[in-house]
Amino acid sequence: MASFTLLVNGKRQTVDVDPSTPLLYVLRNDLDLSGPRFGCGLGQCGACTVLIKGEAVRSCVRTVQQAQNVEITTLEGLAKDGTLHPVQQAWIDEQVPACGYCQNGQILTAKALLDKNPHPTDAQIRDAMKGVLCRCMTYYGINAAVKRAAKVTA
Amino acid sequence: MKTRRDFLKTSGLLIASVGALSLSNDEIYTLAAQASGPYVDPDYLQLDSWIVIRPDNTATFFVGKTDLGQGTGTAFRQIMSDELDIAFDKTTCVMGSTNVTVDQGGSGGSDALQTDGYPMRRVAAEARRVLLDMAAVHFGVPVTSLTVSDGIVTVRGATPPRTVTYGELIGGKKFSVTLTGRNVDATTGVAKLKPVQEMKHVGKSPQRDDIPRKVDGSGKWAVDAKVPGMVHARNVKPPVAGATLVSVDESSVRSLPGFVRVVRKGNYLAVVCEREEQAIKAATQLKAEWRKPTSAPFPAASEFFGYLRTTQPAMSQPPAVTGDVEAAFASAAKVVEADYDIPFQGHTSIGPAHAMADPSNNQLTIYSNDMKSYGLRNGVARFLNIPREQVRVVWMDGPQAYGRTAADDAGFEAAFLAHEIGKPVRVQWSRAEETAWDTKGPAYAIKMRGAFDAAGNLIALDYDARAADHNHLGYNEFDTVLIAQLTGQRKQEPASGRASYPTDSYHVDNRRSTGSVVPLPLAWETPLRMGNLRDPDGPQVTFAVESFIDELAAAAKADPVEFRLKLLQARTSDDSGFKRARSIACVKAAAEKFGWDRRPSPKGGGTGNVVAGRGIAYAYRSQTVVAEIAEVEVNRTTGRIWVKRLVCAHDCGLVVNPVALTRTIENGILHGVSRSIFEEVAFDNEKVTAVDWITSPTLTHADIPERIDVVLVNGDPNPNRPDLPHYGAGETMLKPTMAAIANAVFDATGVRLRRVPFRAPRVLAALKA
Repeated sequence: MASFTLLVNGKRQTVDVDPSTPLLYVLRNDLDLSGPRFGCGLGQCGACTVLIKGEAVRSCVRTVQQAQNVEITTLEGLAKDGTLHPVQQAWIDEQVPACGYCQNGQILTAKALLDKNPHPTDAQIRDAMKGVLCRCMTYYGINAAVKRAAKVTA
Repeated sequence: MKTRRDFLKTSGLLIASVGALSLSNDEIYTLAAQASGPYVDPDYLQLDSWIVIRPDNTATFFVGKTDLGQGTGTAFRQIMSDELDIAFDKTTCVMGSTNVTVDQGGSGGSDALQTDGYPMRRVAAEARRVLLDMAAVHFGVPVTSLTVSDGIVTVRGATPPRTVTYGELIGGKKFSVTLTGRNVDATTGVAKLKPVQEMKHVGKSPQRDDIPRKVDGSGKWAVDAKVPGMVHARNVKPPVAGATLVSVDESSVRSLPGFVRVVRKGNYLAVVCEREEQAIKAATQLKAEWRKPTSAPFPAASEFFGYLRTTQPAMSQPPAVTGDVEAAFASAAKVVEADYDIPFQGHTSIGPAHAMADPSNNQLTIYSNDMKSYGLRNGVARFLNIPREQVRVVWMDGPQAYGRTAADDAGFEAAFLAHEIGKPVRVQWSRAEETAWDTKGPAYAIKMRGAFDAAGNLIALDYDARAADHNHLGYNEFDTVLIAQLTGQRKQEPASGRASYPTDSYHVDNRRSTGSVVPLPLAWETPLRMGNLRDPDGPQVTFAVESFIDELAAAAKADPVEFRLKLLQARTSDDSGFKRARSIACVKAAAEKFGWDRRPSPKGGGTGNVVAGRGIAYAYRSQTVVAEIAEVEVNRTTGRIWVKRLVCAHDCGLVVNPVALTRTIENGILHGVSRSIFEEVAFDNEKVTAVDWITSPTLTHADIPERIDVVLVNGDPNPNRPDLPHYGAGETMLKPTMAAIANAVFDATGVRLRRVPFRAPRVLAALKA
């Protein structure tokens, strides 16, 4: 066990865990953040996505040691002053989620895309979002919500 | 003894402190820790079990179903707000927790609105009747002089206006009204239901109330359930099907940090640690010796369809026959035959199976996403041989169910482990475990034959299915769930299974359906175990029938839409649900929306690398009818199929929430696309080799259609009848997708795909054959 300081959603927090612990379990079990979820533990599905320095990152294959003192944002940290992020609002406006288990990864990946490329083409959306799996197959709604958010944030 | 009444008192306190509208499943979870047992079943014959109205004129509906992300909770609020005459936005709905809501079976068979919608409407209508009676006494006027809207009762024509709210009439008090009904589905008061024409919330699309918490991260899910002192468990599965656990070397993990216990019973093996990542590591590191079975548990996937066609069935079903099929074939001018293969397909849920069980206070509380939470409660009580009053299930949001949690392995495992070690235990399966060992949709091999007379009329249609659906698992049965098998507590005889028959409305004078069930060598303790995957047999049956109808149309050089309409219109008789008329309406609506160009398939003339085509298929399930048209592009060099456009004409009777329904249909047909093009369980002759998203591919965002059109049809020839039914809509849309795509590929290429899934290498081989 060792002590690690993490900067999550603007808050500095210290945890005492094994250095090899995946960031996912620290966020979920030590910091009580339930946005990121376990889907595969292999970095294949995206359910565990968090933003690290603005990049969509798979927290199941990143250790707590690798995540020290960098800015980490989880789904819980997207809203500002009680107002949902435009991507989240687009997700509600388009009534995207079915079961919702994967939507953390969908929303954060879409946000990372739009931050870099505010006007993505359909092909760019497909390419950016293809690694985040949804077994309810809400992709058509996700595609519409990304386009809606792009209009709002433009 | 704490009862449901006490619970409501407790929740009343909470409501007073945090606001009237907040009683939701999240609050139920928060409150769960406060409610100790025994857990008495809410009485379905008491109106108070279903509806609570508070002084501020808000209401909470208690529904014993589970919303798996299709918006049924919101739909219940709509239909019940209409019958109660209360403002929709002043209502909440609590679902699925066994000591809080009446046992309505949880979810399954897309029956939430179709079956349970009616008792829920009736209890809401009865509450309205009782409240109007109370208002009549309050004002000293007859009920007939009252009107009500948004929970405010008004004396008609009174000056000055005289009004009273529901909240003023009953808020904080009980109805104490007894209902009647021989079972929960028949629950009723004496009030009559409203005619559909008088409903104002039904048919609108209020936003689903579960979506905000799924988008802002505030929801508490079953995966998030935690209580003080909770430990984490991981299973260690047999390395091959049917393996026997010979020995376990506990010393291989005993010195790991956080180690709590190795639990072994029979062939069930799990390791428990204080932290989640510790349990994951320990499960990987635990040394165990397994003995392989002496004979192969199943043939390898490459041999499988040969096995399915040639092995002696365990059970042959009585045929369904009209006319004289053999005589028709004997007299035929032309006979067409084809064989169709549909492999095992898995649920492969995005979130592996999980549950948390807390044995505190000599009770057992299971925090679970089980779609059939009531069955889990009953099953666990029997499995552990403890009184069911000691067991309850707190139902919470969870990943894509579609039948997976109808046999809720993790719920039983968490309960067993908590009972065994006396601590709250959370268990979650690994990706490999879930993908390999989840329940499977059964494989089918189907032979179709059709006969034409000399004039080109279809005179006979013959369907013969071989289903690998032996020992199809039941619903949370204490003696068939996986842990019951592994611990040696399973029942002796496997279930016989079934082979489903077509349910279309085509009329052919001579028609026969036969089916048999072929067992795998190993029926128990195997990852090839059959369960309910979203219309368990419908996609398989429909792929064969609707592909073959297309083959017959091509043989007759007829347009595929016209050929179907001719078969649907060959008789005028209909069932009480107007199934035939509604089938015709859906096929026509889909063709119209698509802009169908009437001509036989294949289209021909495509010479480029990418060729395009369109195909139609139609299906029916439990009174819901759909017709789908797929437009595809086939890359002749790579074999890649892209479904460019999908049209789905859908008739589920009365539509409660068009936007939520449309999304559900879009998602369902894309699930169909995924199963058509990507999904197949990979296995060798001793284990399932599909263990992750590489070995078990799925549709991704990269391959979605550029356009989906959903047409909500109501083909009821009597649309004004006051009881226009609301049918289920969670599964039917999935049935025709495979055939619509295969038919479109035929239209584009002239090549017929008769083996699912249509992965690129298989398509390429078919194109070159």
